[in-house]
Amino acid sequence: MSPNYRYDYDVIADWIAPGERVLDLGCGDGSLLRRLMNERAVLGWGVENDPANLEACLKNGINVIQVDLEKGLAGFEDGFFDHVIMSLSLQTIHNTQGILDEMLRVAREAVVSFPNFGYRSHRESIGKGRMPVSESLPHQWFNTPNVRFFTIADFEALCASRGIIVRERLAFDDGQRIDRDANLNASMAVYRLGRDAQDSARTS
Amino acid sequence: MIQPQSVGIVTPQRAVFNEPLPLKCGAVLPAYELVYETYGELNADRSNAVLVCHALSGSHHVAGQYADDPGNIGWWDNLVGPGKPLDTRHFFVIGVNNLGGCFGSTGPASINPATGRRWGADFPFITVEDWVTTQARLADHLGIERFAAVVGGSLGGMQAISWSLQYPERVANVAAIASAPKLTAQNIAFNEVARQAILTDPDFHGGHFYEHGTVPARGLRLARMVGHITYLSDDSLDEKFGRSMRHGKAIYSYDVEFEIESYLRYQGDKFSKVFDANTYLLTTKALDYFDPAFEHDGDLAAAMARCTADFLVVSFSTDWRFSPERSREIVYALLHNRRNVSYAEIESGAGHDAFLLDDAHYHAVLRSYFERMRK
Repeated sequence: MSPNYRYDYDVIADWIAPGERVLDLGCGDGSLLRRLMNERAVLGWGVENDPANLEACLKNGINVIQVDLEKGLAGFEDGFFDHVIMSLSLQTIHNTQGILDEMLRVAREAVVSFPNFGYRSHRESIGKGRMPVSESLPHQWFNTPNVRFFTIADFEALCASRGIIVRERLAFDDGQRIDRDANLNASMAVYRLGRDAQDSARTS
Repeated sequence: MIQPQSVGIVTPQRAVFNEPLPLKCGAVLPAYELVYETYGELNADRSNAVLVCHALSGSHHVAGQYADDPGNIGWWDNLVGPGKPLDTRHFFVIGVNNLGGCFGSTGPASINPATGRRWGADFPFITVEDWVTTQARLADHLGIERFAAVVGGSLGGMQAISWSLQYPERVANVAAIASAPKLTAQNIAFNEVARQAILTDPDFHGGHFYEHGTVPARGLRLARMVGHITYLSDDSLDEKFGRSMRHGKAIYSYDVEFEIESYLRYQGDKFSKVFDANTYLLTTKALDYFDPAFEHDGDLAAAMARCTADFLVVSFSTDWRFSPERSREIVYALLHNRRNVSYAEIESGAGHDAFLLDDAHYHAVLRSYFERMRK
């Protein structure tokens, strides 16, 4: 297993059908898109706002469009993409509700993964009076790029209040699937999100 | 002295075209010549050619310097050369002075074969599309079937875009930098002010000033001054000049008092000595006319449905003459057509002129894109 191995990528790749149009928000150096292009022959575009990541995508031959996600996805057409992905980046955006709405505007389904702040070791750390630092939250409080700290339960409550349907959720701890009490036992979760039953029928 | 990563001493070449050229305006040019420069070597399968299109005041002299004029360094020398972002060790780079220009290609100062006199104001209107047609003929002349890339900034970017529409099968990549799919009313307005400055100069003589032995230098000077203001940002002018005064205080005169006045006068004077007024008029009109979406009821995505090239679109944050918003229109029109497109919006305080400057991130973006093209 390479040090950069991202187990949410396996889940995401499973959820993407061959030939889909995919938008990856916060695509980094484009490695997920590269994998989806190789394994699923997707038409892929990434979104980045970091100069070094933009350069990396261009070097890697990945389509990358510079957008500040805090400002939404104006310019991207309604329903243009099959999937829009945000892998481990939702917690870095202030406008959480806005970007979720935008994702479900431009794509029929959104795939979102994030670190679970409610994970057992994070709770224990808080219990001892210190902010958690872990594999899924690797930064110190003073240098973290994360600006939103939320649990699996928090996220699902937000989805429910915004009319966002959770079509599938997979939770993990150290690469192992977690089925029991994910909010406590999982360090990370990956979601498939949609809007309504009509959309759901189209995806199946 | 020649810099280590310079293409070195370069020599312009000339191509003569005797095949009549039907122009978009309806006129036909019976024959014409184009002056061009090349850097690097065309490879065996002729697949590494990159065309660099110039903007309003540019020329075929993209890189390097002349043996007899070492101070005259190419306008994009910081980008083009061995080891530079557009690396001439791998690419065969071509710069061409556009038709209607004033740096050696056939233009208003050339002799009209029908009259034996200089064309002057009778030189036909030239469009971006016409330039691309002549560039394609130059490519034929050089044995280049398909460009690895067509690259340009500002008006040059419009030519690069037009290449992908006129000859989709002949261009693999387009880099449109600080460009736009059409000018806004404000932008046309600035061009019109510049044109009026020239047209109303008594030395212009309806465009036939050559025969009067005059140069409409005052008009050209004003045109360049107003243009120059729009190529820079408010912040960059403030940073460079602020309110600095030559005498440290007001002397109540129309001579130079503020340093910005001195700068504009200097730029205007310099330009009016080297540039042809008729070329300036023609070129600003070409800018104004460019609008590939016009024939598609303003739908740029429909206009771009025919292009197959991969695109790199670049804009600069403080460029208000060719703003990032205009570049995004290109990006989303391409995305609508499912084209491979990347877009970088470079943070810069330098305004429109930023596309000519040596910014580390900007050049890294171009370098990354061109490096990838080689694979």
